[in-house]
Amino acid sequence: MIMAEKIVPLTGNYAIAEAMRQINPEVVAAYPITPQSSIVEMFSQFVSDGKVDTEMVRVESEHSAMSAVVGASLTGVRAMTATCSAGLALMWEIAGVASGLRCPIVMAIANRAISAPINIHCDHSDTMGARDLSWIQIYCENAQEAYETMFLALKLAEHKDVQLPVMVCEDGFITSHCVQNVKIYDDHVMRNFVGERKSVDNLFNFENPIAMGSIELQDYYFETKRQQQQAMSRALKVYLEVGNELSKVTGNDYGYVESYKMDDAEVAIITMSSSAGTTKTVVDRMREEGKKVGLIKLRLYRPFPHGEIRRSFKGIKAIGVLERAFAYGANAPLLSDVKSAIYELSEKPKLQSYVFGMGGRDLLEEHVEHAFNELLAGKTVKEEKYLGLRE
Amino acid sequence: MTEKFPTNEQLKNKVGWKEKPIGGAVTRTASALENKTGSWRAFRPIIDEKKCINCAFCSAYCPDNAIPFKDGKREDVNLEYCKGCGICSKVCPVKAIEMKEESEFHK
Ligand code: SF4
Ligand code: SF4
Repeated sequence: MIMAEKIVPLTGNYAIAEAMRQINPEVVAAYPITPQSSIVEMFSQFVSDGKVDTEMVRVESEHSAMSAVVGASLTGVRAMTATCSAGLALMWEIAGVASGLRCPIVMAIANRAISAPINIHCDHSDTMGARDLSWIQIYCENAQEAYETMFLALKLAEHKDVQLPVMVCEDGFITSHCVQNVKIYDDHVMRNFVGERKSVDNLFNFENPIAMGSIELQDYYFETKRQQQQAMSRALKVYLEVGNELSKVTGNDYGYVESYKMDDAEVAIITMSSSAGTTKTVVDRMREEGKKVGLIKLRLYRPFPHGEIRRSFKGIKAIGVLERAFAYGANAPLLSDVKSAIYELSEKPKLQSYVFGMGGRDLLEEHVEHAFNELLAGKTVKEEKYLGLRE
Repeated sequence: MTEKFPTNEQLKNKVGWKEKPIGGAVTRTASALENKTGSWRAFRPIIDEKKCINCAFCSAYCPDNAIPFKDGKREDVNLEYCKGCGICSKVCPVKAIEMKEESEFHK
């Protein structure tokens, strides 16, 4: 068989829809919300054109979308959806049901701010708010990564040791609506890679009937939640295994992080999604000036790879944590995770929290350069700093 | 007959998190029999046998299968499982079921 790879100009959303076409899930239920809408618009086009066998359920809200995919997933089939921002907020109740009932649903997210004030542009407030819902979260830098991550996410979700839902996150508009060249792999190769879902205990297994969604009170709920914690820690291992398998198809790496020019770095920035691209450009330029700067791009945010983060920052003088979300009244989300990861290092790097890009505010190269220069000068403070904010 | 919340001692004898089916799946059939929902009841359905036309509606609608219907005949309410929701009383076409305060039976 010929590996008919092709390069196609696609938005992040169309790249994700293309992955969904190749996966050909049994059920997709979705409700439109900017900037996610074009994922499911394109996917429903595939459904009308007969390019997939999917049952497309057009529902009246995201609460119903998540309910429908949970119901479908419990019958043992593949069920997918996509959302962001207010849509994710409306799914909240059932998103907890999805992970609690161990449904391996893959949901694409085009990250968007949370109202109010109303804002349709990118920040990570939506998924950061959902970080403790027992969903795996993977953040993608660009359209190519978003496309490939969909396949990884599906196999990770369905792995017998995991069986948890996954959010595949791309930056709203920045990635979701910008056209990039995306390498699309052959349909057969990708369908072979994902194979069929092998579900044993499900509502359509009439030889071993089960009931799902029963009440558990003081007697059993705690045990069920402890199992989710175990599945999350297993997901760390399975993520790498599935990543290695996918590497054989694409030739790309799927580590917890992408380490960029870190070998002899004195200071480093850690960030997620599209801001990693901007940071790479700045790293390249500052390296030419002889400045020892590097980047850790975090892909897998939940479960959080504490060990990998600790190893990555050993011997680094100062770390700038650049993130697109507030944790109001506390350390910003990524900062608190990085802080707890480096706690066990005997020589702790200095840390600086930088919040940027709320509501789609641009992160400019000079913002990143400014952060690197502060880190190089040892100008770190306990307080959160802001990039691109008018004082 | 009132069911108490489980004691620490009783909880200890239940299956641990490593053995339990994941996702709260119930893998045995008819396990609801072990959950005697009668202890929840604040109202008790009292059926007026003279009015009853034996239509089986109450039996079919009862969410806890607490009104048996055997050999074409409605039987007495099983108070171990009747949780007092009043659905039977609502659906009875001849209004033969009256919901009475449970406390009246404990005087
Ligand atoms: S009150 Fe509710 S639970 Fe009791 S017999 Fe009637 S329908 Fe069943
Ligand atoms: S619904 Fe009313 S009439 Fe019908 S069987 Fe029950 S009590 Fe009798």
